[in-house]
Amino acid sequence: MKNKRDFRKKYAGVGLAVILIMFLVAVFANFIAPYDPEEINLEPDARLQAPSMKHLLGTDDLGRDVFSRMVYGARISLSVGFVAVFLSLVIGVTVGAIAGYFGGWVDTLLMRIVEIVMCFPRIFLILMLIAFLGPNIIIVMAVIGLTGWTGLARLVRAEFLSLKERDYVQAARALGAGDRRIIFKHILPNALSPVYVSAVLGVGGAILIESSLSFLGLGVQIPTPSWGNILTSGMHYIESAWWLMLFPGLAILITVLSYNLVGETLRDILDPRLKGFNQK
Amino acid sequence: MIKYITKRLLLMIPMLLGISLLTLLIMHLSPGDPTSLRYGLNPEVSGSARAQLHELYNLDKPFIVQYGSWLKRIVTLDFGRSFLDNRPVIEKIRERLPATLLLQVSALVLIFSIAIPVGVMSAVKQNSLFDKITTFLVFIGFATPTFWLALILMRVFAFNLEWFPVSGMSPWYAEFMTPFERVRDVLWHLVLPLTTLAFTGLASLSRYVRYSMLEVIRQDYIRTARAKGLSENKVIFKHALKNALLPVVTILGMTLPALIGGSFIFETIFAWPGMGRLGYMSIMQYDYPTVMGVGIISVFLTLIGILISDILYAAIDPRIRFE
Repeated sequence: MKNKRDFRKKYAGVGLAVILIMFLVAVFANFIAPYDPEEINLEPDARLQAPSMKHLLGTDDLGRDVFSRMVYGARISLSVGFVAVFLSLVIGVTVGAIAGYFGGWVDTLLMRIVEIVMCFPRIFLILMLIAFLGPNIIIVMAVIGLTGWTGLARLVRAEFLSLKERDYVQAARALGAGDRRIIFKHILPNALSPVYVSAVLGVGGAILIESSLSFLGLGVQIPTPSWGNILTSGMHYIESAWWLMLFPGLAILITVLSYNLVGETLRDILDPRLKGFNQK
Repeated sequence: MIKYITKRLLLMIPMLLGISLLTLLIMHLSPGDPTSLRYGLNPEVSGSARAQLHELYNLDKPFIVQYGSWLKRIVTLDFGRSFLDNRPVIEKIRERLPATLLLQVSALVLIFSIAIPVGVMSAVKQNSLFDKITTFLVFIGFATPTFWLALILMRVFAFNLEWFPVSGMSPWYAEFMTPFERVRDVLWHLVLPLTTLAFTGLASLSRYVRYSMLEVIRQDYIRTARAKGLSENKVIFKHALKNALLPVVTILGMTLPALIGGSFIFETIFAWPGMGRLGYMSIMQYDYPTVMGVGIISVFLTLIGILISDILYAAIDPRIRFE
């Protein structure tokens, strides 16, 4: 048993390292990228060049350096991931805490809302919102965040339901603590395990959604590079330019995989009861 | 049982009210601001599309009127006419629905018939090589952008190897084929989109089956069955499997939104003439009535799926319906 844990920890270590590297790449994009990611070069010998020493990951159909675009793309993907997840966390924790703590009709109403939102295929709810609001990076962040809180709200509610009956909470109430004090000081700190886990797993999920949206032309708009919209040109040149298709996809895969590994390991450490399956 | 089904059906009414309210609010979100980046390219189209939408769905009337008329449209499945070709939206959806259902239902069958044996096997042989390999693949599965997988499959199997067609469902010359050839041809076109779509649900379902099986194997009655000397096969397949698969039925309802959501992306990539592609196209062309229609119909499909899985669950597990 001990061996198995060490084994997983090792992988989580690799995941953590990848997350850290990606984070640094995003922060220092301007120092790492060898070229301007938006600089177009339409010379015939500059367009759609295969990877070489001059262009590590080749060039795209407008002669832009793919490596530089991917470095800046990391910045976009990570910021969308973090902002969207932060938004989901705030909504999910608030809704879950209120529903679980107060119970009664408030709980019924809030959980019905959660069920209704869950009926919508998430990607279509997102597409529908973008159809009306128009695509840009702020809207993409907001929309991913606004549609991703339902699972977390349920988890936090369940934690609150069980914690509020505990003796120490009863004791605090007997001593005259108000609702606000009980919620923030006594229950919330003990209900945070699922929040941490969903936060880490959520970043991976948000990056996947952002890349799908940008791929469909409904996310981050060109010329701003994102891993998803590089893949769009990868699709247009699917027969000829394999590098346009391969590298952005691998970047997404490796990043999301790292977040999932760290998230799952965190879940095992924090709360073995939650061990199970990861909803996509 | 009938009581349970009635109760379950009655619960759909508040859901329906909520869904109509949420979709109405989404329509109100459109700021009518033609200066945003994308609409800036074509303010005429989007501006007039919005005005038409407001007129069609009474969005300028008092809220209660709007809600009433929108609810009536949802219940009667009348979403008005498409802005593009002036045909009733529901007719356009009806044409596309069979292709989507074909894809969805075959994906569901494929997912369940692969994930259940894989999940059971890796639970029974926990920590074996097989379990480790599948766990690894599940992690990869969760992290793979499925539209990227679609591109890779397309490049390798359609362009390089030329085993399967690149896209579409049936070519123009399909009408010259015999019925048998036609079916074969559609199946041929189905392989790549189906593989991609099935992939989206495979990882989570096999993981869930494994988890559920592990829970059951630890129960006392399994220990009892072993203690009284039953063969391992009998313990697993007669005693454990049945109980482990019970909760899996409810997963059907949870897999559906992901599958239907996936169809918006894959049908677009593979030019599969289904509802998802219709939805994507109408978003890109500001055909708002069709967008709303496709949205409502996909929510209905999800609701029906959840209803079926709940009723199935109650039918196999009496504890649920007497609760």
